[in-house]
Amino acid sequence: MTNSTFDIKSYRGFKAITLLCLIVLYAPLVVVTIYSFNSSQSLTNWEGLSLRWYADVFTGPESDKFKQAAKNSFIIAIVAATVSTTIATLAATGMVRGGKFKLRTVSFGLISLPLMVPEIVTAVATLIFFNSIGFDRGIMTILLAHIAFCIPFAYLPISARMQGIEDSYEQAAQDLYATKRQAFTKILLPLMMPGIISGFLLAFIVSLDDFIITNFVKGAGVETLPTAIFGSVKQGIKPNIMAISTMLLGVSIIMVTISYFVSKTDNTK
Amino acid sequence: MKSFMKTSVAAFALTVGANAAAAEGELVLYHWFEYMPQEVLDKFTEETGIEVTMDTFDSNESMLASLKAGGIGTYDLSVPGDYMVSIMANEGMLDTIEDGELKNKGNIEPEWADPSFDPGRKHSIPYQWGSTSFAVNRDVYSGDIQTTDILFNPPEELQGRINMLDAQGEIMVMASLHLGIPQCSSDREQLKALNALLQDAKQHWTSFNSDTAKEVLVSGDAAVGQIYDGFSAKAREEGANVEYAFPTQGYVAWMDNVVLLKDAPNRENALKFMDFLLEPENIAAVTNFAQYNAGVKGVSDFLDPNLASQPEKNPHDNVGPGVFIEVCSEEVQAVYDQIWTNLKK
Amino acid sequence: MAAGAASGGSATTDTYKEARTWLLLPAWVTLSILVLAPVVMMLIYSFLTKEFRGGVIWEFSLAAYDQFFFDRGLFGDEPPKIEWTYIIIFWRSIWQAGAATLLSLVIGFPTAYFIATRSENMRPIWVFLITIPYWVNLLIRTVSMKFLLRDQGPLNDFLISIGLIDSPLHIVNTNFAVQLGLFYSYLPFMVLPIYAAVERYNFALSEAAADLYASKWTTLRRILLPAVKPGVIAGCILVFVPSMGSFLAPDLLGGAKNFMIGSLIEEQFKGNAGNWPFGAAASMILLTMVLVLLMLFARQQAKAEKAEG
Repeated sequence: MTNSTFDIKSYRGFKAITLLCLIVLYAPLVVVTIYSFNSSQSLTNWEGLSLRWYADVFTGPESDKFKQAAKNSFIIAIVAATVSTTIATLAATGMVRGGKFKLRTVSFGLISLPLMVPEIVTAVATLIFFNSIGFDRGIMTILLAHIAFCIPFAYLPISARMQGIEDSYEQAAQDLYATKRQAFTKILLPLMMPGIISGFLLAFIVSLDDFIITNFVKGAGVETLPTAIFGSVKQGIKPNIMAISTMLLGVSIIMVTISYFVSKTDNTK
Repeated sequence: MKSFMKTSVAAFALTVGANAAAAEGELVLYHWFEYMPQEVLDKFTEETGIEVTMDTFDSNESMLASLKAGGIGTYDLSVPGDYMVSIMANEGMLDTIEDGELKNKGNIEPEWADPSFDPGRKHSIPYQWGSTSFAVNRDVYSGDIQTTDILFNPPEELQGRINMLDAQGEIMVMASLHLGIPQCSSDREQLKALNALLQDAKQHWTSFNSDTAKEVLVSGDAAVGQIYDGFSAKAREEGANVEYAFPTQGYVAWMDNVVLLKDAPNRENALKFMDFLLEPENIAAVTNFAQYNAGVKGVSDFLDPNLASQPEKNPHDNVGPGVFIEVCSEEVQAVYDQIWTNLKK
Repeated sequence: MAAGAASGGSATTDTYKEARTWLLLPAWVTLSILVLAPVVMMLIYSFLTKEFRGGVIWEFSLAAYDQFFFDRGLFGDEPPKIEWTYIIIFWRSIWQAGAATLLSLVIGFPTAYFIATRSENMRPIWVFLITIPYWVNLLIRTVSMKFLLRDQGPLNDFLISIGLIDSPLHIVNTNFAVQLGLFYSYLPFMVLPIYAAVERYNFALSEAAADLYASKWTTLRRILLPAVKPGVIAGCILVFVPSMGSFLAPDLLGGAKNFMIGSLIEEQFKGNAGNWPFGAAASMILLTMVLVLLMLFARQQAKAEKAEG
């Protein structure tokens, strides 16, 4: 039986295409990782293994710029992800546990709007908006823009998770004279945690990675990691950028692994 | 989650507070990429205690656009080219330096002390001057390169291997020189010819890129590159066998200037920095790094002796005129914009 | 993604019905101020008069749309003809994004299918393998791609050293490089929805078809594909929409030679042109196109759901 299903399911060539797909996805990153350990200043010649470009990232002439940019990026990402996850959690509760109501479709449209509008359009609109109300560009404008477009990214995993939780737990708690607020904080919220964490991580990464919108709304001297990297790589990729890229890849792998184990502990429950 | 939120809000508040506190000794500079050596900034900070934050741009036009889109009031100083100084002054984007506010103003070389783009140096001081032409990889092409034909009507070896600067001004001037027509001409036939020339030349150009103008020559991705003289010298030093051309039709001359922006948040510090850049020793350090020329008296004592003999700084006898980019009227500029869009469509 | 969550609406309960308004208020307020209001402001700007060298004058004008649709010659005084310039730019964007979408589909569908038919333990690992590169900054990925593809880059070095080619392939600064860059940027968006659809697919249907002597490819085409179609369409939209507005790939991999919509819009605000109303108008036209596309998709999705019963 298992044999025959396997046979029906498998198609010749699909495995090869999958492997090709992985090669295409990883080849540039692998090349960059390898070259980040090159001791040569030149990109084309290999002159032996070295960590000098990693040292350069932390102590070289551009290190201050990148440190400040990394700090800005992480602060913005943490605050934007926290605020948007909070808003998204409340909104998801209202949407999924709020019964049927007239504005439901409109609300959903509004929440997913940042996903539907092409990023360049959001960037232009936000720039025009801040400009027309005379709001000076700076770290605050970046933060506000990030909060807005992170909401749908936080919302989707949270609402998906909530739809998977039966409300009988909360009903039972209320039968035992828990208030709605208690049912929410003591029952629903803990059950929602895996969804909230993946929503937060998604929002965090999206904020950390954003270039187009940030580039339009950032103010004088306020760089985030992507805009600082852009300023550098536009003149051609340099070994220190490759080192930063490799470290970012490392951070991403760690975060993805964390979310993997979070979801795994959840599955075994 | 709650405590996490509290921590992050606290962290944010702390940073914003810290930024505000540091603002007393600050200076925000809006500058070209790869044009300011870090040592010079460090030296300034050491002498004055003022921290310099630098943002970079890659063309005069993008700098103007960004300042107009809300950048005024957030930067103190910028470094526009000659024609852009007059545009910005006309737009009312520059602050006036009163007499006596710059103690080193007398250090400016007489020939740059009263330029047409900023009479009396009311808003600006010289930063660097040089030329823009193009460089050719001599491994690829050994024929005559002292002609704008290299860009607009290239020999076969160079077709499809040309990188142009992504800058409307520089391309329009080179094209006008090639056609032998005046800049900003409002003559319809001449404008049509300009449009046709660029339409035709585009097939030979592989890319428009200012930022990688040097890198594409060093890596060999392009065999010809429209480029600034100092950048070409650097490309040569980095191993590219390139020769900088001085076309008989002429080439672009320019001077970049440090300007005091309107509503500069740190006006006093900005003036201090301008004075600092008028000290021969300091501006010479910039020149040694960027490999152009300073406009300040007494720099020669501090310059790298090799600079003066660079081929990029010594035109041959038959060279055409070095022309500054002119500011076109709104009507002609509208046509130029249309030609530019046609070129890139 | 979006459509999937929308159709999941049947799972609602009304535990927090009374608090609903308060729960949704923060989202309403934030998004209305920070997304809806800016789009409305952009719409207004597109009908204003341009200020020379950037900015707007608060006077009503149709000049931006006129410039988009009508060609009045180099000097703006000829009788209006249809303007092809921007249609060509939009068409190029559609074409490039379409080619990238097709490429993603051709590679992404078999990949998604392959992953969805692995054992349950292995699937998440495969999914992570596909998504990890996506977490690396888009800029770095695009620049890495350029580094790899350069004339003197590792790919050409490798191909020459194994004797497959004699002289380097010119890939950078071509349309193909842009498509490759877009494909590379958004591939996971294609794989994930298709994967989700195939995973939910009931393979008993395929078995039944096989019992009726349908060939494997017929089964794929007639039984599986219709069942996973919503996933395929969602994947195509998620690749197509961001590709349309992209300006990094054309700029870095295409040599900034040919405008795509994204670069045309960016140019109005950051580049030479400095024509804000025109940039706003081009953005509105792009937005309208995308929203129409999404609405067609939503309608199709609703039809499919109705058909399922």
